Amino acid sequence: MVRLLDKPVRIPGGLHLDAHKRESLRQPLQEAPLPELLTVPLSQHIGAPAEALVKPGDRVGKGQPIARASGYVSAPVHAPTSGTVTDVGDFPVPHPSGLSAPCVRIRADGEDRWFEEPAGIDNPFSLDPAVIRHRVRAAGIVGLGGAGFPTSVKLNPGPERRVELLVINAAECEPYISCDEALMCARPLEVIQGIRIVAHALQAEQVVIGIEDNMPDAMRCLQKALDACGDGSIRMVPVPTLYPAGGEKQLIYALTGEEVPSQGLPIDIGVVCHNVGTVAAVYRAVVAGEPLISRVVTVSGGGVGDPRNLEVRIGTPIETLIEVCGGYTPEVDRLLMGGPMMGFSLLSDGLPVIKTTNCLLATSVEETPPPQPALPCIRCGKCTEVCPARLLPQQLYWYARARDFDKVQDYSLFDCIECGCCAHVCPSHIPLVQYYRYAKTEIWDMERQRRKSDLARRRHEFRLERLEREKRELEARRAKAKKALDRPKVGNADAKKAEIEAALARVKARKAGAGGAPDRSRPEQESD
Amino acid sequence: MLTAILAIGVLAAAFGVLLGYASVRFRVESDPIVDQIDALLPQTQCGQCGYAGCRPYAEAIAAGEADINQCPPGGEATIQALADLLGVDPKPLNAEHGEHGEKKVAFIHEELCIGCTLCIQACPVDAILGAAKQMHTVIAEECTGCELCVPPCPVDCIEMVPVKTDISTWKWPYPEATDEHRLVANG
Repeated sequence: MVRLLDKPVRIPGGLHLDAHKRESLRQPLQEAPLPELLTVPLSQHIGAPAEALVKPGDRVGKGQPIARASGYVSAPVHAPTSGTVTDVGDFPVPHPSGLSAPCVRIRADGEDRWFEEPAGIDNPFSLDPAVIRHRVRAAGIVGLGGAGFPTSVKLNPGPERRVELLVINAAECEPYISCDEALMCARPLEVIQGIRIVAHALQAEQVVIGIEDNMPDAMRCLQKALDACGDGSIRMVPVPTLYPAGGEKQLIYALTGEEVPSQGLPIDIGVVCHNVGTVAAVYRAVVAGEPLISRVVTVSGGGVGDPRNLEVRIGTPIETLIEVCGGYTPEVDRLLMGGPMMGFSLLSDGLPVIKTTNCLLATSVEETPPPQPALPCIRCGKCTEVCPARLLPQQLYWYARARDFDKVQDYSLFDCIECGCCAHVCPSHIPLVQYYRYAKTEIWDMERQRRKSDLARRRHEFRLERLEREKRELEARRAKAKKALDRPKVGNADAKKAEIEAALARVKARKAGAGGAPDRSRPEQESD
Repeated sequence: MLTAILAIGVLAAAFGVLLGYASVRFRVESDPIVDQIDALLPQTQCGQCGYAGCRPYAEAIAAGEADINQCPPGGEATIQALADLLGVDPKPLNAEHGEHGEKKVAFIHEELCIGCTLCIQACPVDAILGAAKQMHTVIAEECTGCELCVPPCPVDCIEMVPVKTDISTWKWPYPEATDEHRLVANG
């Protein structure tokens, strides 16, 4: 029985970081210009990549499905604007590996025509939750907070589980990122209506918006929208600004005092958490019938001239956005996707914006100085003081470094949210999160190999059994044939005559039925 | 004094009978250590260790006839795991049995294939699809990279192709020298 607290509790650990939000909030949310060439990856979500439905040369309309979901935990992909498909193949995508992945490339025709006029719905609250889930899935909506989990799956807790609390995550805690705040100020009614639709789909008993207390404008806008639609059931609770209070598990703890179980999900304690941007996209999909083809992106950092928030079509090259934001400054050093704590470096600004791109940071050398060489761990314990998941980062470090993958899991490695607080405070500049990421992917790789080798073992054993069986069957056939030959030899003349006549009759019959049925007159022979 | 000795003696006899009965009634046929060793081997079934597959090698290790460092596809990781399981010291891979290389899968060049089924008969996990005088093809997901299909092919149409890493199988590297561009913001 999870209870909403009157006053939120402080999350364990955490850091007070300079917010750097004002820079990108000086100007109101604007639409980014439509680019000429869009690159739309087929995998912008957790789960199986979508499968392409189009081929080069196809003309597509805005919102047309260009890839279908593959399996349950997957999402379809739609054309962000009208144009012609130029390529379907591997192109570089924003990912820490720098590898390429399957994408659909579209050359925009500038007309921005809808494929099908979006079909609106007047009363979404009369819809069955299953219908809402279906529309959300068909619209390709995934978690826009950064994780990209297919939203329709998160709207489906299953018949046995009650959703006692729906938490709307408006606690944008990472420095520089202000896309959620900009959205809440620009389109608060869409956010509120989206929340109500999601609450209806989940049949949630209570609904709360968890928002950081350094967003007074956003809170005012949301409150006005709440008053306007007269829904008194949605509560808005400001949580103290602290990184990473916006982490799903951290926010739930702050609002309810309950911890999500280790390696568990919030639904295990009756809670579902959705990002504020995701619910606004749900509103557009369910009420306006529009698929997910754009999102709000923060472009900020000391390396860009005019930081701001933009509504960007998926697949837009990053360089287009940098241009709109005043171009690079002379101090620019790196380009990051995400924030300064959890983001990763991009190798090129030709990469596209994807569904999970919440922020693009062009940083100056001052903002992201080159990392200092790592010194030995002095066991000071500062990392443990700041861990918001109550883990023991020092122990995780020792075991990950020693490649002891069993022990590192004993210390709950997979509960680490990779927030970076530990590495931020380490006086020896040890890249702690890099060790945890290394350990996680090694362990996943080992599990993949284990599954493959188990399958290979079963296939090999089956093959050995098959060969045995074939050998036995062959022996049995041979024994039978031998028995047939060992029939007692015919002795007297009459019997011999009868045999000869029978043989002649068989030949006649075969000649009569030549070219037709196979000869079945010989006894005790199996046809092969 | 005598009753004490008698009592202990009777108890000992009773438990002895119980243990004897249990050792017959609950006997387990296969040696569990062989299963445990086999679970650590990569199941490539290549025969490079000198035995006809992974299970015979596991049985040989359990019988003390084979050393733990004879499996090239398993590499160091397998040797370490076997050493941990058996409580012996790990040792480097025995070069006589081969080298630990990158993972490869077989690929049949279909324009050369004559449909003779010799490779199908050689594959230890039945990963080759085909029949006599029909096109043969390797099911890449099931191929263990054992290379047993390569020698029998009379037209040399099978090539071992390295498995490419894609985004779903990419691994973060062990943090050592940092590459400037591949850095993550929080170091």
